[in-house]
Parts: sequence; structure tokens; C-alpha cells
Amino acid sequence: MVLVVILVLLVLGTVIFHFASPWWFTPLASNWGSIDTTINITFWITGLVFVAVNLFMAYAIFKFKHKKGQKSHYEPENKKLEIWLTGITALGIAIMLAPGLFVWASFVKAPSDAQQVEVVGKQWHWMYRFPGEDGELGRTDPRFVSEHNPFGLDPQDPAGQDDILVFSNILHLPVGQPHKFWLRSQDVLHNFAVPHFRAKMDLVPGTVTRMWLEPTRTGTFDVVCMQLCGTAHHAMRGKVVVQEQEDFDQWLASHPTFADTQSRAYRGDQDIGRALYATCASCHGQQGEGNQGLNAPRVAGLDQWYLERQLAYYKDRVRGYNDGDTYGQQMAAMMAVLPDRQAIRNVSAYMAAMPETQVTPTITGNTARGERLYRNFCSDCHGSDGSGNYHTNAPRISGQQDWYLERQVTYFRDGIRGLHPQDSHGNQMVMLVQGLRDEQAIRDVVAYINTLD
Amino acid sequence: MNHIAFADQPQESMHHPQGFFSKYVWSLDHKVIAIQYGVTAIMVGVLALVLSGLMRLQLGFPDTFSFINPNTYLQFMTMHGMIMVVYLLTALLLGGFGNYLIPLMVGTRDMVFPYLNMLSYWTYLLSVIVLMASFFVPGGATGAGWTLYPPHTLLPGTPGHELGIIMMLVSLGIFIVAFTMGGLNYVTTILQARTKGMSLMRMPLTLWGIFTASLMGLLAFPALLVAAIMMMLDKLAGTSFFMPALMSMGEAIDHSGGSPLLYQHLFWFFGHPEVYIVALPAFGMVSDVLATHARKNIFGYRMMVWAIVIIGGLSFVVWAHHMYVSGMNLSFGFFFATTTLIIAIPTAIKVYNWVLTLWRGNLHMTVPMLFAIGFIFTFTHGGLSGLFLGNVAIDVPLADTYFVVAHFHMVMGVSTVMVLFAAIYHWYPLISGRMFNTALGKWHFWVTFVGTYTTFLPMHYLGFLGLPRRYFSMGEAAYVPESAHSLNAGISISAIIVMLAQLLFIANVIWSLKKGPRAGHNPWGATSLEWQTPDVPPKHGNWGEKVPEVHRWAYDYSVPGVKADFIPQNMPSEAVEMEDDSPQGERS
Repeated sequence: MVLVVILVLLVLGTVIFHFASPWWFTPLASNWGSIDTTINITFWITGLVFVAVNLFMAYAIFKFKHKKGQKSHYEPENKKLEIWLTGITALGIAIMLAPGLFVWASFVKAPSDAQQVEVVGKQWHWMYRFPGEDGELGRTDPRFVSEHNPFGLDPQDPAGQDDILVFSNILHLPVGQPHKFWLRSQDVLHNFAVPHFRAKMDLVPGTVTRMWLEPTRTGTFDVVCMQLCGTAHHAMRGKVVVQEQEDFDQWLASHPTFADTQSRAYRGDQDIGRALYATCASCHGQQGEGNQGLNAPRVAGLDQWYLERQLAYYKDRVRGYNDGDTYGQQMAAMMAVLPDRQAIRNVSAYMAAMPETQVTPTITGNTARGERLYRNFCSDCHGSDGSGNYHTNAPRISGQQDWYLERQVTYFRDGIRGLHPQDSHGNQMVMLVQGLRDEQAIRDVVAYINTLD
Repeated sequence: MNHIAFADQPQESMHHPQGFFSKYVWSLDHKVIAIQYGVTAIMVGVLALVLSGLMRLQLGFPDTFSFINPNTYLQFMTMHGMIMVVYLLTALLLGGFGNYLIPLMVGTRDMVFPYLNMLSYWTYLLSVIVLMASFFVPGGATGAGWTLYPPHTLLPGTPGHELGIIMMLVSLGIFIVAFTMGGLNYVTTILQARTKGMSLMRMPLTLWGIFTASLMGLLAFPALLVAAIMMMLDKLAGTSFFMPALMSMGEAIDHSGGSPLLYQHLFWFFGHPEVYIVALPAFGMVSDVLATHARKNIFGYRMMVWAIVIIGGLSFVVWAHHMYVSGMNLSFGFFFATTTLIIAIPTAIKVYNWVLTLWRGNLHMTVPMLFAIGFIFTFTHGGLSGLFLGNVAIDVPLADTYFVVAHFHMVMGVSTVMVLFAAIYHWYPLISGRMFNTALGKWHFWVTFVGTYTTFLPMHYLGFLGLPRRYFSMGEAAYVPESAHSLNAGISISAIIVMLAQLLFIANVIWSLKKGPRAGHNPWGATSLEWQTPDVPPKHGNWGEKVPEVHRWAYDYSVPGVKADFIPQNMPSEAVEMEDDSPQGERS
């Protein structure tokens, strides 16, 4: 009898849980309302079957539980009943399947007025590419991939020259415009998924996959990777900002074309940079060696792309946004000396060319434990020698001053650095350092990094 | 006939083992081999259960336990999945129950190839040892996910991409060799060694389930074997079956032209039938448990047999429903959604027939019966959620979310485990000769049944919300409300309670082995042959002097006009005691 009560309670509980659950589909932001409708049809049919079968079973148990003198009914088969049940089941299946296939037919075929956008996945970041004025995406090949051509565009292909490149995990799209997504992976499988859009598709190296959708309302929506792609799979995030057409156009215009990125100016001019650096030298030192007393880290030995990004962040207050980061705020205030993006490029080019300077370790710790932690949390992106990796957006950390590293890891952990919505790489770092829970763990890792080089 | 198959040999010519080793270690007896398979599978299953507990600790209480980091999490996850699906479920259902029940149920003395049978177990054990060893190689076990999708499986950025994956592939290869030896044995024994009168359509459904599953395994496992060999060649010999030209951490690798999707097709060509390789024996066993404890024939026997066969056949043409968003040609979705939803029809018929078996029955609420009913409940739930994922358009938002995790755990994990417990409790008196403790068994059922349901039901809703599976932690995401994190903590607590409850089961099985009351002959009053052996537990050779002869199907329960409420399959019609006018005797 307990079983009957429990079965009924579980059925009721399931129904109540279903209707009371605050955990449900995110509010739809694309044209795929038809998917939601199909799900609702399926929900009603399967829900009814679930309730009916289990309540019937509970009733059968209630009614035919063993009693003294009871004997089962002997009925090996009942053709009529079996045929009826088969027929009704087939009908229910058809009612669920048919709309599903119709929705799928529209999913398979993108409308002819769809705009194109390419999503590139790599461990553990997203990048995006728009076709530019010619409306055509240029050819790509993995063998062209380098620090100066991260998308691997074919330099000989004229169609690729005007392609607009977005070196960020944040994609913008205009509202009300159907988009055909070309999905491409540079390394392993990924899956570009935006829960609010309902659509998702794997990125498969060696081939280009596709899907289409139309964003139907403005807002910012999370992008998550949904195909296991390694250690930091869970931290491969991005955002889609859906906005009005004119805002989108403005955003798009702020990004370089492929041809821009291949230009001389884009690489920065060290000679101009040297003059600009004069101001920086007062804290960071003539050789870029840093100054602990002034809380200025070493800049010599860092890569240009990293310096450039961080300076741009300071300028836009993407870094140094938090009151807890007083030194970062100081730095952000100093950014007035670098008036524009080109100035940042030039000074970064100069700093990147500085000869490396030696630093004196100030932190000691358990380097054996530090090595374990480093292997588990740091080495995949920053490299086992700490030399950094452009492709994983990981700066060099070996040879850096340990007091600075310790402070930054702590900032990341506490969200003082990296939580700005525009800083998607910092967001990732915030997620990935959560495993370094206590101060000692951070000191051990930093002590281990001191031993690298 | 010049040659007499081992199974058909008369009792006198069987060489009964004498020493301890030949009796219990290098044994040719299918019952001993079954127990070896069963104990090994359960032990490695307990390990996989502990691994899932560690995962739940991290998911419920992120960043609280320092020994769980993204690498170890992925390793726990991969090993949990692979062990549970292959090394526990497949091995326990076919190697364990298949071995124990086939010769007894078909009425023969042993498997037709006893040496092969023994070799099958020792090869299986070797595969388990290699798998366990992979935890200890440099870099640890593979963390590629149990599907082992290339290319990340073989590349930096995934734990165990050097030695761990090689150990895994070697272990799978060895397992498949073991399975092939076992599977050939099961199929041949059922086809060739049935005793006189045991026509195919008189066989208990357990045999139909095991037979079909073994046949499917023989056809499906080779796909996995070639996939494993090809991946091994990619790893060690520099071939490019699955490896296209790509950049790994910014470095170009030395492969080009391979297709990661080819691997997925091969894997799921094995992987989907594998679901039914596990499910069909469970379907069969639960049918027999239900019939016995309901004292009623299984409803619609012929339909049940055909449903098993049709499901087995159809399961080979649905594999790409695991790949709707894999980037394969989108048009495949039409075909695979249709076949997948069609397979729901024979499956639904089976559920109806189980429930209708209870209807107008005489239900004895024994521990095996409770688990069997728990199976119907959870299987119905898991089967119905499959209709979401099978329908290609609906799969798009739900693929790779917790909905998938919830679905396959409900349908393949919980419901199959319900049957396994039902079966262990049901056949325990036969295997051990003792009765288990009923009160402990009932507690075990309640906690397991309610606990697993409260673990996996809410997970579906995390999936609707869009929580991705295989995430070490969700961290901050605007679309995930704080309450989802609390829900995750609740799920973890529920899961850990269920895990701890399994101690009741283990304690019960071990304690009852020595201290349980003697079960006696056929305590459940079952009709099928395994309960009709002269000795309990059955001795080597099973049948003493004379193998039984079968006179009826396996479901003559509560036949009108017959005195007892069951007629064993080997009872000739003239021996059946008919009812006189006095009220019929009560079965205790």
C-alpha cells in the first residue's frame, strides 16, 4: 500500500514540480518559437502518457495486491486491445513527429536574405568574422594561422581582404535580420550554443558547419560551448549583443578588416613608441624592469598583443574599473598620454622589443604543490614553461615579478579584475582561478612560476 | 552422431572439478563464471559510483574540495561513463546473468563452449585491469568524455591524451575480444542447446532479451573495435583517419584529411545498439520477475518477443540521433528522427504489456517485485523524455544539456539498475541457496527508487534552462539564476544519499550468504527451468542424472482449473494436479 501512495505522490509531485519549477527555458530571443511549440506538443502528449500509465499501474497495484484466496486472471493475449494500443501509440508518435519534421525543414534551409557571419572556435575562445562589403567570406586554411593572421585567411584571396575580424568572445548582431552562421573550428570540436536562441551546432575541424537564426529582440545573451573541448571547456564562454541596426553598424565599423590587420601601421611603430614610453618610464623604468615600490610591474618580456590589449582595457576602463584595484585605477588615469589605438600599438611595439630584465624573487612557497596546481590550472593556456600563448590568449607569466602575479591572481579570484563585461578573457580567468582557494595556494603557484624560465 | 556437444553429455561423462582452484578459479562451470563476472562488474561499478559521487560534490558545492580540479573532474566523468556502460552493465547483464541463466533456462548442463566461456571472463578481467591501470600512468586516465571524440581526445588540453587514451583503447579492444567469446557462446547455446520441448516461442523473455542483445553485441562491437584501432593508429602510427589538418594550441599538427565525424558515426553505430544491448536483457528479466511475482502470465507474450526483435533491428538504424547537432549533413535529421520515433512504438507496447501483466494479477509485493515496478516507473519516464531528444527539432535546444544527462541516466542508468536489483534479489535464493533480508531489501528499494528519481527529475529542468553538460562548474552566467545552483546542491545531496544506501544492499548480500534462512526449492513458485534443478544452488552439470524435458511455455501461472498457481515448464500435462472442489491452497 505504501507503494501505491508513493507512486501517486511521485506522479503528482512530478506534475507540481513541472508547473512550479522556476527552471525553464530562457525567454526566447530568436525566430525559433516553432521549436518551443513542438516541445509543448510533446510535453502534453508525453505528460499525459506518463500520468496515465503510472496512475493506472498504481491503481492496478492497489486493486490486485495479493489477498488470501486471490487468483490471477489467465489471459495470455488480447489481440484487440494490443492492436488498439499500438494504433493509438502510433498516432501519438505521428502527432509529435510531424511538426518536428516541419520545423526541421525550416532549420535546414536558411532564408535567401540571410546575412552571413562566421564563428571560429579554438581552445577556449570564440572569434567572429563578417564578410565585409563584397558580401563574401574569404577562403581560410589552418596552415595560414599565425599570430598576425589568427583566422587563417588566405592572403591571396581577394574576397578575404575586406572581411571584418572580431578578436573577442563578444559578437554583436542586428535585431530582426536573419543570419546564416558558418561555424569553423581551428582545433577540436566545439559547439556554439546560445540558450536564448534555441539554436546550436557543433564546430568540426576540417569542415565548415552551419545553422541560421534571426535575433528577434535586443539584449545581451550568453554563448556557451556545448561540446566537450578539453580542460577549460566550461570556461569557453562568450556573449551575443543583439542591437538596433545603426548601433550594430557602428560597432562593426570599429573593427579592422583583414587588410587592415596586415598593414604596417597595425604592427605599431617602435620609434614613435619610444617617445611615448618616456612617460611610462617614470614608474615602469627605462628598461621596462618595473618598480615594486611604485607598484609598477615589469613590462619588458611581455608580448605586444597582450600589452596592447591591456592598455586598451585601461583606456576604456575595462581594467581598473573596480575600487579594489587602486593601482589599476592609477594606471587607467595615466592613459591620457596615449590618445588613441594607434598610440597604444606603437608603445606596445616598443615595449615588446625591450630586452628582458632579471627579476628578484620575493615569494617563497611549496614549489612541489605549486607545480601540481600549475599543471592543473595554468599550464594548458600559459604553457608548461609559462611562456604564454597568443592562441589561448594567455600572456607570458614566467620571469614576471612574483608580487605582481600574486596580486593579479588574487584580483581575478575576487573579481576585482576580469569581471568587466567587455573583458571576456578576464571573465575566463576569473572562472579558472577559482581552484586556487587560499592565499597559500596562490603563493605556492607563484613560487613555482619563479622557478620557470 | 559422432560428436556429442559438451552440453548434451550425460552426467557421468562430465569431469567434475575436484580442487579449489579448478572449482572456483579456473572454473568451466557457467555458474561460477557468472559469479566471477558479476562480482568483478559490481566491484568496478562501485568504483564508478564513487566517481560520480565525486563529480556531484564538485557540481553541488563548487570549489570546495581541493582534490577535484578541471582535469580530475573530466577524468572522473569519463571513467564513470565508460565503466558504467561497458564494464558494469554489459558485463553484468550478459556475462553475469547471461552466463548464469542461459544454460539453466534452456535446460542444458553448461554453455556449448565452456573453455571459451572461461577465457571470456579472464579476458574481461584483463580489460578491467588495464582500465584501472590507466589511472596510474603519467598524465592519468583519459578525460575525453566516455564518447572519446577525436580530435581533442588525442591532443594537449585534454587530460590523459598521451597514455591514458592508449590504455583506454587497449582495454576496450580486450573487452570486445572477451565479449565476442561470450556472445558467441550465448547465441550458440540458446540456438543449439535447448532441451527437448524448449521451442523458441516457449523460452522465457529473459532468454529472448539476452539472445537478441548478444546477437546485437556481435554486430555492434566490431564498429567500436575498428574505431578504437583507427584511433590508436592515429595516435601511434601517424595516420589521419579521424584527424583533419588543425592547429593545437597554436601549433600545426602532423595530420590532415581525416574526419572527426567518421569516428562519431562508428562510435554511435556501436553506441546506440549498446543502449539496447543493455536494455533488452533488462526488459527480458523484468518481464519474468513481474510474471512470477504477479502470479500471472506475461501479457502478450508473442508481441513482447516481436517487440524485442524489432527494437533490436531498428536500433541499428537510429544511431545518428546522437549527432543531430554534430555538423553532419542536416538532412539526415529527417531520416533518423523518423526511425527513432518509430522505435518508440514497440517500446511503448512493452510498457503497456508490463502494466497489463499487473492488471487482474495476484501481486506479491516482494523486494524483486518492488524493484520491477520501480523499473516500469523510471523506464516510462526515461522513455518519454527520449521522445524529446529523438525528435530532431526539439533536440537542438536540448542537445548537450543536462536534459540529456537526465534522460540517459533515467532510461539506461536508473531503470536498468532497478532491473539489476530486481534480478539479483529474485535469483539470489537460487544462486546462494539462502534468502536475503527482506526488511533491508525494502529499505534499499525505497531510498534507491525515490532518491534516484529526485536526483534525475530536476536535472531535466536544468537542461531546459540550458545548462551544458560536462561542465566542471557553471560559474557566473547571466541566464543561470542563483536557484539553479541551489538545485544542483540538492541533486548532489540526493545522489549521495542514494550512493550510501547501496551499502544496505552490499551488507544484505554478504550477510545473507552465511546467515540468511535457507531458501529451499523454488521459493517464488516460478515456472521456468532454472528453478527446477534437483539441488539448490544447482551443482556442476545442473540437472543431476537427467536433463529436463519441456512441456509448456514459461508463463503458466494461475491456469484456470489447476490446483497450484503455477505449472513448471518441465511438468507434463498428466502430472498437473487439477482443482477439486475444496478451496485452493495458499502459497506463502
